[in-house]
Amino acid sequence: MENAKTVTVLSKQQKRDRFLANLVHYLMLSPFFILFFAFTVLPVISSVVLSFFDFDAVSTPRWGFLDNYLRLFVQDDVFPKALSNTLVLAIVTGPLGFFVAFMLAWMVNEFGPSVRTLLSFMFYAPALAGNVYFIWQILFSGDAYGYINSTLLSWGLIVEPIQWLKNPSYALPIICIVQLWMSMGVTFLSNISGLQNVNPELYEAGAIDGVKNRWHELWYITIPSMKSIMMFGVVMQIQSAFSISVVPIALCGYPSINNSADTIVSLITDVGTSRYEMGYAAAISVVLFILMFATKSLLGKLVNMAGR
Amino acid sequence: MQATMSKADQRKLQKLKLKASRRDQYKRFTRSKGGNFFYTLFLILFGLFSVLPMYYCIITSFKPLDELLVFPPRFYVISPTVASYLTLPSLLDNLAVPLSRYAFNSIFVSVVTTFFHVLVGSAAAYVLAKTNIKGKTVIFAVVQMSLLYNAYTLEIPRYLIYSGLGMIDTYWAYILPMIPSSMGVFLMKQFMESNVPDALIEAAKIDGAGSFRTFWQIAMPNVKPAWLTLTLFSFRDLWSIQPGGTIFSEELKTLPFAASTIAQSGIARQGCAMAVTVIMMIPPILVYLVTQRSVTQTMSSSGIK
Repeated sequence: MENAKTVTVLSKQQKRDRFLANLVHYLMLSPFFILFFAFTVLPVISSVVLSFFDFDAVSTPRWGFLDNYLRLFVQDDVFPKALSNTLVLAIVTGPLGFFVAFMLAWMVNEFGPSVRTLLSFMFYAPALAGNVYFIWQILFSGDAYGYINSTLLSWGLIVEPIQWLKNPSYALPIICIVQLWMSMGVTFLSNISGLQNVNPELYEAGAIDGVKNRWHELWYITIPSMKSIMMFGVVMQIQSAFSISVVPIALCGYPSINNSADTIVSLITDVGTSRYEMGYAAAISVVLFILMFATKSLLGKLVNMAGR
Repeated sequence: MQATMSKADQRKLQKLKLKASRRDQYKRFTRSKGGNFFYTLFLILFGLFSVLPMYYCIITSFKPLDELLVFPPRFYVISPTVASYLTLPSLLDNLAVPLSRYAFNSIFVSVVTTFFHVLVGSAAAYVLAKTNIKGKTVIFAVVQMSLLYNAYTLEIPRYLIYSGLGMIDTYWAYILPMIPSSMGVFLMKQFMESNVPDALIEAAKIDGAGSFRTFWQIAMPNVKPAWLTLTLFSFRDLWSIQPGGTIFSEELKTLPFAASTIAQSGIARQGCAMAVTVIMMIPPILVYLVTQRSVTQTMSSSGIK
C-alpha cells in the first residue's frame, strides 16, 4: 500500500517535470515558429489559395477555380518551353553543382587551416562579390571584340563572331556553365563545415581496418558521416537549380530569342511584374513547387542509400 | 596538477596538438603523392577562375578614365590611380541624408538581425533535432517544404502582412522577416542531429542542466562550424539588403541604396561605381575571414572519448 502510493506521487512529480521541460522546449521553438508562420507559412497558404483566383493585385480577386491551371497547361505557349528549359537546367546544374560543391569542399579539406581558408575564400568569392555574372557578358560578348570571339577568330576556328547569347543553340549551355560556376555558395560552405565535424578517429579506424585510398575513405567513412549535411545540400541544390532566372534574364534578356533561355521562374516574374496576373503567377508557383517536392522526395531516398 | 595549469600553457598545448594533427593530415595512409599534386593544381586553377570577377572589380576601380573606356575591358591596369576613390566624397553631396546614417542603418540591421537569426534558428533546430515534443516532424516537414516555394509570389501576401502589423517604413520591416529562416533551421538541425550525441545531452540533464542551458552550453559548442557558417550567410544577405517597397523614409534606407545612388551616373562614373562596389565588399569579406578561419580551426570533438 505504502509503496504503491509513493510510486503514484513520484510519477506525478515526473509528469510535472516532463510538462515543464516540454514547456521550455515549446518556448524555445516559439520565436521561430511565430515569425515563420507569419512571414512564410501564411503567405504560402494565401498564395496557394490565390492560385484559384483571377487577381490583378488591385481589384478584388475573382473565383476561377482551375482556370489558371487550365490556361497554363492548355493555352500558354511559353510554359512548355520554359518547363523544358527549367528541367534541362535543373538536371544539368543540380547534380553537377552538388557534385562539384561536395568534391571541392572535400579536396579543400585536405589542406592545413590557412590554405583551406584561402582556397575556400577563392571558391566562395563569386558569392561574396555579389552580381558577378557581368564578367560572362564581357567574355561572351557577341561582337568580334568579345574575349571568346576574338580568341576563336585569332586561332582561325571561326570566320565571323558568334552571337553567343542571342543564339538559341548556345544560350542554354552558356547559362549552365555560368550557373555551375556560381553554385559554390551555400552548399559548398555547408559541406566545408560538415567535413570539419567528421570525427577524425573514424579515419584512423578506417585506415587500420583496410581503407586503401582516398576514394575508399570517401565512400565508406566521409559520405556516411555527412548524410544529414548532404541532405541539406540536396534540398538547397534543388531550390537553386529549379529557380534559375536571374542569370538567364541578365545574360539573354526576357523573353529571350525563341524563348530559348526562359525558365519557369522568369515566366513567373514576368507574369507578376509586367502583367500583374498574381493568381496566374501563383498557379505556376504551385506547379513548380510540386515538381521540386517530387524531386526532393526521390533524391532523399538516394542519399540514404549512399555508402551502404 | 593539471587543473592548475595556467591558461597560457593550456593554449600552448592546444597549439602543439593542432600542429601535430595538421602534420598528420598529409601523412595519412590513404593519400598518394601524385594525387595530392594533381588536386592542388586543379584547385589553384579553379580558384583563380573563381576570383576573376572580384579581381576585375578591384582592378577596374583603380583604372584611369581613358582605360575605363577601352573595349573590350582589360583585365589589367597600366597606370593605376586612386582617382575614383578620391571623387567619392564629392559625390556624397548628392545623398539626401549623411552617409553615416546609411552606414548606421546597415550595420545596425545586419548585426542585430544576424544575432537573432542565428539564436532563434538554432534554438528551434535544437528542439526539432533533440527533443520529443509533439508535432516536430510536421513542423520540420513544413520548414523544408517552404524552401521549395517560389519566393517571388510571396511578395504580395507578405506586403499585406507587413502593413497589417504596422511594420511598413520602420526598422521592423528589415529585421522581423529576416529572423526566421527555413534554411538556417534546416542547416542547424542537420548538424545537431549528426554532431550532438544524445548521451551528452542525457549527461547534462543528469547534472541538472535545464533545456536552454543544455542547448547553449552543450549543443552549440558542438556545432560551432555550423552556426559560424550561418552567421556568414545571414550577414552577407543582410549587408546587401535594399529597401524594397517597404521603406520610404530616406533616413531608414541602407548603404546598398546609397551605393546605387552614387553609382548610377553613367559611363564616366564607372570607376566610382567599382570603387563603391569594392568598399561594399569589404565587410562581408572580413566576416567571411573571421568566421571561416575559426570554422577550419575547429577540430572535431564529439565530447565523448
